[in-house]
Amino acid sequence: MSIARILVPPNAKRGELVEIRIAIQHPMETGFRMDNNGKVIPKNTVNNLLCRYNGAEVFRAEMGSGIAANPYWQFYIVAQESGNVEFSWVDDRGEKGAASSPIAVTA
Amino acid sequence: MLKSMAGGALLPLAAQVPLALAQLPATARPPLMELVPVLKEITQGAAVRESRVKLEIPHLAENGHLVPLTVSVDSPMTATDYVRTLYLLSEKNPRPIIAKISMSPGTGRAALTTRIRLSGAQHVVAVAQMSDGTFWAASADVIVTETACLDASDIT
Amino acid sequence: MIRRGVVLLLLLAVTHSAISAQSAQPVQPFRPTPLKSGIDFSGAEVRALQQDDFSSPAMLWVTRGEKLWNEPAGNSGKSCATCHKDARVSMKGVSAGYPKVDPDTAKLTNLEGRINQCRTQNQQAAPLRYESDELLALTAYVGLQSRGQPVNVVIDTQNRRNFERGRDIFYTRMGQINLACTHCHDRNFGRKLLNDTISQGHGNPYPAYRLEWQTMGSFHRRLRACFFGVRAELPPAGSQDLLDLELFLAWRSQGLKVETPGVRK
Repeated sequence: MSIARILVPPNAKRGELVEIRIAIQHPMETGFRMDNNGKVIPKNTVNNLLCRYNGAEVFRAEMGSGIAANPYWQFYIVAQESGNVEFSWVDDRGEKGAASSPIAVTA
Repeated sequence: MLKSMAGGALLPLAAQVPLALAQLPATARPPLMELVPVLKEITQGAAVRESRVKLEIPHLAENGHLVPLTVSVDSPMTATDYVRTLYLLSEKNPRPIIAKISMSPGTGRAALTTRIRLSGAQHVVAVAQMSDGTFWAASADVIVTETACLDASDIT
Repeated sequence: MIRRGVVLLLLLAVTHSAISAQSAQPVQPFRPTPLKSGIDFSGAEVRALQQDDFSSPAMLWVTRGEKLWNEPAGNSGKSCATCHKDARVSMKGVSAGYPKVDPDTAKLTNLEGRINQCRTQNQQAAPLRYESDELLALTAYVGLQSRGQPVNVVIDTQNRRNFERGRDIFYTRMGQINLACTHCHDRNFGRKLLNDTISQGHGNPYPAYRLEWQTMGSFHRRLRACFFGVRAELPPAGSQDLLDLELFLAWRSQGLKVETPGVRK
């Protein structure tokens, strides 16, 4: 089960700069840690996070073990048309996650 | 006799040390390409200017597992002039590329906040490649403190 | 670094050996004054993480807990919400009164234990493993409903023995470093161990997200970390020792506001 929290302002004016935030529950295993039996825990991090606004890519983060557990990103987009801000991500094991939130844009 | 010999031997040395230190600039930091050699692959030989990028990160990080970081780049973020890629690089982590972020004019403002891991005290470098291909950078020196009370609470 | 930490702890042990020679008399327990939450000893980054509910990584567990609250579990097909409805109403202030003696079993139970009791008896589901994401999530979600309320446990005839056992653990030297909880958390709070500031050792933020753990953890996990810190044998999470200690510590933090889900270094 992939848990994520996203923050997209529900309303914005056209041309307004809006702050977007996302937090994903993920251990971001570095591949350098060992379990209690001394066995290496394989690397498994979210490696790609994509944000689309009304279908168009606006932000992408490629990451690895250098990003803290439960990755958190905060950035901006320019409000243009009403629609959806959609996130999708994938980890090293191929597990995918997605989350989206609507934004209503007024003139 | 012994005392005077020791004193005689040590004095010139002691006098040299402050001189040697004085010759170093106040913020002695190797050039970016030496600090993070992976930058050579990223820039393919292009020059990197240390300007236009602002890197905010605590100078004294409480724990290397989670260090908040904010980067902003001085860019109008228009269709013709924007930040294309932003790299977060580490001097001493086992994997030097912390993240590679792709932006577009729709990003509106070239600024982001995230949380990184730092394996010990080191420099962190943020490098922006603009839409015209030029590279700009900023670096920060972070001290990562160790915990006094070792925690093995997860051992079953 | 680890060795330096140990040396510092040893120094503490030596400093206080004269003050607190173990006596046969029961210790008269006291609360540290002024009573201060661990957040008051935390650095700016940790405080910022706890203050903003979106920034706080602990809130990911709350989000999951809210989902679990509404999901049917076990043979009964019941969810928590089937009986308890809206947790924001029914669970308000509840965690501030834990641990408490369960009327059915007459045993001291903490919130984790109470949740598992509900699972096994009412939902007819398997108990959740201590430190599992699910149990942490539900505990965090229920605990959140008491955020801002003062810790309020009552010591009475039913739980007095548990209280006294917990108190005795708190004041007993243990481990290779031979320190009792009181040495750090009553006598030296506010002082430094390397770059760590010693807190008063309250449970009010738990379950909490610790940077050191890179995840959420229970109060019992935090207590186990302290046992390891003094190189003592680690009691298992959910064990009677830790439950009794949890009760004593709740009494000791009486009046402090619940911060669940907290963030700590």
